Amino acid sequence: MNALVAAAKKEGTLNVIALPPTWANYGAILSAFTSTYGIKINSALPDGTSQQEVNAVKTENGTAKAPDVLDIGMAVALANTSLFTPYEVSTWSSIPAAQKEPTGVWVQDYGGYMAVGYSSKFGTITSLNDLLGPKFKNAVALNGNPTSANAALNGVMMASLAEGGSPGSIANGVSFFQKLKTAGNFSPVSATGATIKAGTTPVVFNWDYLNLPSYVGVSNWKVFVPPNAVLGGYYAQAINKNAPHPAAARLWEEFLYSQAAAGGQNLWLEGGARPVEQAAMQSNGSLNTSAAAKLPAVSGTPTFLSPSQATDAANYLAANWAKAVG
Amino acid sequence: MAVAATTKTGARPSWPGRRPSVPAWVGTVPFLAYVAIFLLWPTGIVVVDSLKNPNGNWALSNVTKLGDPLVRGYFIGSFKLCLISSLIGAVLGAILAYAVASGNPDGVVRRLYLASSGVLAQFGGVTLAFAFLVLIGPVGLLFHASWYFDFPWGITLIYTYFQIPLMVLVFLPAIDGLKVQWREASENLGASAWQYWRYVGAPLLAPAFLGGALLLFANALSAFATIEAWENQIAYTVPQQISTALSSEVGLSNVNVADLLALGMVILVAIVMTGYALLQRRAARWLR
Repeated sequence: MNALVAAAKKEGTLNVIALPPTWANYGAILSAFTSTYGIKINSALPDGTSQQEVNAVKTENGTAKAPDVLDIGMAVALANTSLFTPYEVSTWSSIPAAQKEPTGVWVQDYGGYMAVGYSSKFGTITSLNDLLGPKFKNAVALNGNPTSANAALNGVMMASLAEGGSPGSIANGVSFFQKLKTAGNFSPVSATGATIKAGTTPVVFNWDYLNLPSYVGVSNWKVFVPPNAVLGGYYAQAINKNAPHPAAARLWEEFLYSQAAAGGQNLWLEGGARPVEQAAMQSNGSLNTSAAAKLPAVSGTPTFLSPSQATDAANYLAANWAKAVG
Repeated sequence: MAVAATTKTGARPSWPGRRPSVPAWVGTVPFLAYVAIFLLWPTGIVVVDSLKNPNGNWALSNVTKLGDPLVRGYFIGSFKLCLISSLIGAVLGAILAYAVASGNPDGVVRRLYLASSGVLAQFGGVTLAFAFLVLIGPVGLLFHASWYFDFPWGITLIYTYFQIPLMVLVFLPAIDGLKVQWREASENLGASAWQYWRYVGAPLLAPAFLGGALLLFANALSAFATIEAWENQIAYTVPQQISTALSSEVGLSNVNVADLLALGMVILVAIVMTGYALLQRRAARWLR
């Protein structure tokens, strides 16, 4: 570990990409890494998508600007494993086997459950079908186009599970949004912090860590996770196999998976995201329990989409989404 | 009275010694190089890559995807939006330009209109979509337009906001070119106002009007940020679908499909340009 720190300090720089400072506490994580190790971070394209991260690895390959490390959605990670190099962090054993590639080509890092965030002016939502009522006129939005954004695809899948569908079929979710559209309750506007503050998107399907009152910046904001549709989604870390700063990249991973009080796992938790080592840290006592208590309560067994289920869902959406809600 | 265009040119500066013997075409090199690098080269990449598969092999069958009902839908959506917003923009912009032109040529009103048109023609993107959302969206400050999210009406309204000022800017010089004397002459010959416009004004302005409308069409076709901020959960137009093809994070990204859609846009512009050229020839018949 000391040798790694020395080598990383010698490189002096780390290139990261698509890490919004307001997302999952990344602003604090980036500055904590720099102040701990004195390594400068170049943060490129903070609002980029996972696919844009991979595109940058390809187009900037071999240059000093190429991203060293990636934080990407699972579909993109699985489609591009040839671009990554395996690495096992020192806390490897705390990461559940299902959430990492056996050699460490990709390792899930943090995630959450798909949730409905809503303005408290609507009272309390107890079922997804409440959203079909007349008081939700033009109110319900996804976080993006489900054929493009992973969070939106999972929003439709969550509706599918709540409507009695299985992870293998997203059709029930599409017909739920079609019902929303027919009722005049579907809002196709791009939901952002600004539209939530302006009140134009008072109901948003999004990951729970992006749907917290502290994140959206609205105090009268509630979060609902349907008990019969707890859909989990995790992002993954990967190291560019041609990283211009290989030691800094590995040190960054060590920092992110560190269980220290001011390490990456607890910092993600403070940002409302669920770190991948949460269960292990709960039992060994290193978890920041006050931060954990602020997460939305969830009951029921979480579902995780397998890669083939996610692909089937995407293909179904490509053919049917625009027809259902257009 | 109008005088024939016999302008007095100043004496040419006399060059001491020989003029350098540079061929005339050398002057066009910077322009041609610019066109080659920024127009022909990218278009070539788009055409070639649209006929390949992700592994880099030739796949001429890609072209058949342009006939896919979904893909056709994006093109129909783009065409509708561009046609309606450019027609509304061109007609209203032309009327507004006429109103401005008939005022005092050095007046405050005209300068105010020109300056604000210059600014508003460039006002688009997220800020514009958000402004309309707040004003007439679902919880609009002014009122709630129930059709705000109906394609293409809501987005057409937003587009006309920058289309009209752009038309004012490009059409005003043409109206300024209408000489008062022509009107006086036709009135002296007993023409009514309608006859003046039918036989003098409209034929004179038609080529400039069509050119302006074509510019607005292309302007709307390439717009992306505004419609993406208006709504981003369904792709109605080709640029939106190109975005999905380039950056889908759920496994639907395919650069070659994006290239193919871009090729389709080139073809669409070519068709519109052909129609424009035919109309222009008809409209400019009196010039020949």
